[in-house]
Amino acid sequence: MALETTELRPLGKSIKRKEDARLVRGQGRFLDDIKLPRMLYLALVRSPYAHARIVGIDTARARALPGVHLVLTGEDLAKLNLAWMPTLAGDKQMVLATDKVLFQYQEVAAVIADTRALAEDGAALVEVTYDPLPVVVDPRRALEPDAPVLRDDREQRDNHIFHWEVGERAATDEALRASAVVVKESIRMPRVHPAPVEPCGCIADYDGAMGKLTWYVTSQAPHAHRTVLAMVAGLPEHKIHVISPDVGGGFGNKVPVFPGYVAAIVGSISLGRPVKWVETRTENLTSTNFARDYFMDVELGADDKGRVTALKVTTVADHGAFDAAADPTKYPAGLFSIVTGSYDFPTAFAEVDAAYTNKAPGGIAYRCSFRVTEASFLIERAMNSLALKLGVDPADLRFQNFIGSDRFPYDSPLGWTYDSGNYAATLNRALDMIDYRALRQEQAERRARGEFMGIGISTFTEIVGAGPSQSFDILGIKMFDSCEIRVHPTGKVIARLGTRHQGQGHETTFAQIIAEELGLSTEDVLVEEGDTDTAPYGLGTYASRSTPTAGGAAALAARRVRDKGRKIAAHLLEVSDDEVEWDGQRFYAAGAPEHAVSMAEVSLAAYTNLPAGMEPGLEATFYYDPPNLTFPNGAYVAVVDIDKGTGEAKVRRFVAVDDCGTVINPMVVEGQIHGGLTEGFAIAFMQEIAFDEDGNCLAPNFTEYLVPTAVEAPKWETDRTVTPSPHHPIGAKGVGESPNVGSPAAFANAVMDALSPLGVTNLDIPLFPWKIWEVLRQHGVTE
Amino acid sequence: MLISVTVNGQERTADVEPRTLLCYLVRDELSLTGTHVGCDTTSCGACTVLLDGVPVKSCTVLAVQVDGQELMTVEGLEQAGDLHPLQKGFWESHGLQCGFCTPGMLMTTYALLERNPDPTEDEIRRAISGNLCRCTGYQNIVKAVQYAAPLVREKREAAREVAR
Repeated sequence: MALETTELRPLGKSIKRKEDARLVRGQGRFLDDIKLPRMLYLALVRSPYAHARIVGIDTARARALPGVHLVLTGEDLAKLNLAWMPTLAGDKQMVLATDKVLFQYQEVAAVIADTRALAEDGAALVEVTYDPLPVVVDPRRALEPDAPVLRDDREQRDNHIFHWEVGERAATDEALRASAVVVKESIRMPRVHPAPVEPCGCIADYDGAMGKLTWYVTSQAPHAHRTVLAMVAGLPEHKIHVISPDVGGGFGNKVPVFPGYVAAIVGSISLGRPVKWVETRTENLTSTNFARDYFMDVELGADDKGRVTALKVTTVADHGAFDAAADPTKYPAGLFSIVTGSYDFPTAFAEVDAAYTNKAPGGIAYRCSFRVTEASFLIERAMNSLALKLGVDPADLRFQNFIGSDRFPYDSPLGWTYDSGNYAATLNRALDMIDYRALRQEQAERRARGEFMGIGISTFTEIVGAGPSQSFDILGIKMFDSCEIRVHPTGKVIARLGTRHQGQGHETTFAQIIAEELGLSTEDVLVEEGDTDTAPYGLGTYASRSTPTAGGAAALAARRVRDKGRKIAAHLLEVSDDEVEWDGQRFYAAGAPEHAVSMAEVSLAAYTNLPAGMEPGLEATFYYDPPNLTFPNGAYVAVVDIDKGTGEAKVRRFVAVDDCGTVINPMVVEGQIHGGLTEGFAIAFMQEIAFDEDGNCLAPNFTEYLVPTAVEAPKWETDRTVTPSPHHPIGAKGVGESPNVGSPAAFANAVMDALSPLGVTNLDIPLFPWKIWEVLRQHGVTE
Repeated sequence: MLISVTVNGQERTADVEPRTLLCYLVRDELSLTGTHVGCDTTSCGACTVLLDGVPVKSCTVLAVQVDGQELMTVEGLEQAGDLHPLQKGFWESHGLQCGFCTPGMLMTTYALLERNPDPTEDEIRRAISGNLCRCTGYQNIVKAVQYAAPLVREKREAAREVAR
């Protein structure tokens, strides 16, 4: 029995989610739930070495195993010109290695067999002989002149990928020299992994008779994947049908194209049968995309009154063996230039140098709008160090340096135009909720007793909703998004969008936008995403872009429908078009509100009783090219107590006040905040994809790569301020990533605040208990 | 190897390899795809099912081990078109987002309420600590169980009344 969810004027209401009707019954249709007739399974052979020459690959025993249908190697793919594939970052990546491997767990061969188990059996029988080579795991070492050159395929004889810079170097250096105070820190954001609970996978189903490939795939961006596939495999785009079924979490992990996908497609075309590949958790954590891995040196200047004067950031970025970052083309370091954050810097400069290492390729925007997490972490950590150096309260320092609410739209020194914000109001709300002044008093008392309690603040500004076509594209494709709305004769709506949700609730929230615009209930609107044969073209769901782009398209497509509806209403009401008013639910004749027709009546008329000369039907499509990005922001406050016996930083309280403009569904927004904060907590305290000096991955499963359970996860206290985006059709901003972007600095600042009496200003995250304990031990204050 | 098992009240038989894991028996042989596989290392709990009423991670049980036993999966929760209070609770409390971990969470919390009909928040959090969720941060999952607990108790009372 479906629960009641019908409600008119649904925008801004906590409507229960439509998609849950199937998900709470276990009736979601995830990739691995799909079983096609005659389907085969693919398993990959992976390298145990991080860097090695391949001396030979012997596939004879695997081929001889009953039930094995095909064994693919790089040589086989080379004959099809598919041994390498392009990455979204404009680099190329090996699909199956030919002459050497560049990271541990790299794909070397593929085995296709009757069952998953037989494919694994076959993979174990492929014998590969390796000759190990020197390994480089640190990107700073990779950029030294005498470092081994990893990529033989490039003409460039070093490991440097790109240099990117923004801002005014000379002016920034000068301003720093003239500053009364300069703080310097080396801030590291370690390699982490999105690790959705559903791993990546696909089924390739090639129909040789029709020349059509149906490709079921765990995809956050089905249209982009289809276009990439058309380019890589040379298949005509209209004969590639990408279906992204229910997706069990993405967080950026399901944006790129992986070697296993290409191998499955080649297998299906070769064998004329469907081929499924689903990665194991180990394959997920070791090969399909990491995030972060930024080494950032910051200099932050201030005058003698504590006003910020200049910001300079120098970064070395580890991109692994292949540059498979998923950034917009013109932004190789993503939107890192948001690094001046919420503060009014007169001048700034940032640069990033990226390097190849013997580690898995990436890095993707993990719950982050392209390197925004790195930038926010950096500026929020640096502001904390500045407060410590000046001996001022970190909240007061922020109030003093915020971009004032009267300054919007605000042009940042690194080139962005912030749309809206009221940073002081947002921080004030957070400080009130947590009773900040009382906490500071308590802290003073505890410090006097030798206890280590810390309060950390993060007042971040995000940049999301990529993006305006004049500057945002991926592989040349502009980053607009789209919505098509069809209203059927009885007033029921099917809406399709170019995005693909993975838990964000689009089936409900986009229905709320459309229902609001058309005077319907969400029950009247069915939202469909993820099928490239039916949905209009769009670049997908990541980087908090769905609401800023496709959400805008949904509102504007609905308004197009309503505009036509108004003309039909005029005909039904027997008045002229300009005498028709809309009250949010009905059209009525001006001055006679009782003389009204509903959208359902108008819909029926669109098929049965049209004004003379009008084209029948009631539908609209809108491709929305946003005029600017949106700039959600928030104020987070964390309180920690450090256990002097174990070094554990226990999170006592965490208050998150977010401002994402107009809220479509408060329940969904709060859920996103809870989830993102929990991921941010993990990044601050327990997660790192670390490597030993031989390039062995030290976190290849969930027993080493820790995901917080309900026991570790703190309890979140949330609220919001609402400063609508002036340029978005309904005033909304993206929000899914704010908590993951903003929270790591709040946790780290809280720990540094706790340890500041010991003179500590910076420790690398993740802040494992042993790291904190070691600091306490050095100062002789352990218990 | 031929095995026989009662699944959600129905007798089923299947011919399985000795190495087949219970999760693949459930998903591939019995076509009950609500049980998900997320990690292969007994860490994530997405594959949790009830074996004779006890939650087990079905990626770490061999199919042959369940011969002659009783299984309950997420598909067994809804009775005659009436969602189980936990299913209603997860829906009402926004206790799920992507929905991939949800079936495992439901089975674990079903067993919790069977043995402890009025759990505290800490008891709920401890009970689900073998089930990983990347979307919700668990807070609304706790609420979902708190929503369901009194309804389960009422149902049980009502059943007792009928029995009397």
